[in-house]
Amino acid sequence: MIAIQTIDLEKRYKEKIAVNKLNLSIEQGELFSLLGVNGAGKTTTIKMLSCLSSPTSGDAILLGDSIVKNSFGVKEKIGVSPQETAVAPNLTVKENLTLIAELYGANKKDAAKKVDEMIESFRLSEVVKSKAKTLSGGWQRRLSIAMALISEPQILFLDEPTLGLDVIARRELWAVAKELKGKITIILTTHYLEEAEALSDRIGIMAKGELKAVGTAKELMASTSTQNFEDAFISFSTGGGISI
Amino acid sequence: MKTLAFASRNTKEILRDPLNLAFGIGFPLAILFLLSIIQSNVPVSLFEIENLVPGIAVFGLSFISLFSGILIAKDRSTSFLMRLFSSPLTGANFILGYTLPLLPVAIVQSVICFIAAFFLGLQVSVNLLMVFVVLIPASILFIAIGLLAGSLLNDKQVGGICGALLTNLSAWLSGTWFDLNLVGGVFKQVAYALPFVHAVEASRAALVGNYAGIFPHIWWVIGYATVLLFLAIWAFNKKMKGE
Repeated sequence: MIAIQTIDLEKRYKEKIAVNKLNLSIEQGELFSLLGVNGAGKTTTIKMLSCLSSPTSGDAILLGDSIVKNSFGVKEKIGVSPQETAVAPNLTVKENLTLIAELYGANKKDAAKKVDEMIESFRLSEVVKSKAKTLSGGWQRRLSIAMALISEPQILFLDEPTLGLDVIARRELWAVAKELKGKITIILTTHYLEEAEALSDRIGIMAKGELKAVGTAKELMASTSTQNFEDAFISFSTGGGISI
Repeated sequence: MKTLAFASRNTKEILRDPLNLAFGIGFPLAILFLLSIIQSNVPVSLFEIENLVPGIAVFGLSFISLFSGILIAKDRSTSFLMRLFSSPLTGANFILGYTLPLLPVAIVQSVICFIAAFFLGLQVSVNLLMVFVVLIPASILFIAIGLLAGSLLNDKQVGGICGALLTNLSAWLSGTWFDLNLVGGVFKQVAYALPFVHAVEASRAALVGNYAGIFPHIWWVIGYATVLLFLAIWAFNKKMKGE
């Protein structure tokens, strides 16, 4: 079943085209990475899909709901972990999780249950009473993803989830992502190509607002006759546009 | 439920910041005590407590703009608001969630100011209740300024606009430190075109039981509060839509 279907999705800022007639479909349970150099249009795409920015034209259907006609319905099904750490600094870890659970409609009892589950799943028990602003970058990122998941979203957007993390914290988050694969649909944006290669079912490469290629890492390398994924990425990003 | 959860979070964020408490309560109280000491040492009537405390209460409310403006601007800059914008919260949930916690904070701030004034010679009277009623639209005015500033500016800019400019405007153009008739001219005209002096004069009238004297000043305050609140809601909704 298709989780995300974009139909000629387009975003313009005056004369500049940030995303140009994007047509893409992502299966339910798939971990899909969206790659591109800075300004390629991936963040604008994620913002439109997560209803943070309205498209200039076109539409996207997320599990049956249109981002244009029923953004409220879309918002109930998605979770977003933004690039910057998006936590309430003066609230404790537990309070941050409770807040998000309640904002998505959980009552006090259900929220407490979900919070306990998240604390256990993300091994947050040792920092549960700490204010978010006192946590290290790795802990904050882990909390941020737990906050995105506490509403039990069917689609999760992870925007640069490992940016600035040390190698241990990064591998821990990879483990979390792998555990979620197949259970929910994940859209990942990252600048770390090895991350996309290691985690993704499929990868989309954007350049200058257009989707240049979609496929598995192996398919993308084969289509560019390159020996490694970085070379394939550079080939697509610098002009060798081929759809697989 | 969603609004209350969000409002509860905002209350915690504001009250857990020691700088907010220091500026919001400590600073106005320090000025109140300082000016009262000056009054007790000069032979002329400069800072009589009945005239002074309504002005200090309104001046103190200007810090509410700073609290709310910085909270919203920081939420925007840290992407926390982006996370919330992608959640099923409506514009009304956001506006009420940011506004509701600040009203009790503003009232408590005013109550503390008047309690301090009792120790400086202010007579306890039933008129105080009317003063607090008059201060509600003034509180909404300053909350709306904070919402508007936080929706349009970053946290450093909010610090400059609300922390420096607004507090000075509400101090110098409110007739608290000196009688505006002493300066007169354009200065007085500008002051009376803004809501701050009207908030102070309405509070002063309420404090001495001159309820007729609350008008027309309170209309100025309500008018400014209404316009600014609508502007703030408009600006916030624009941000919600990513414009």
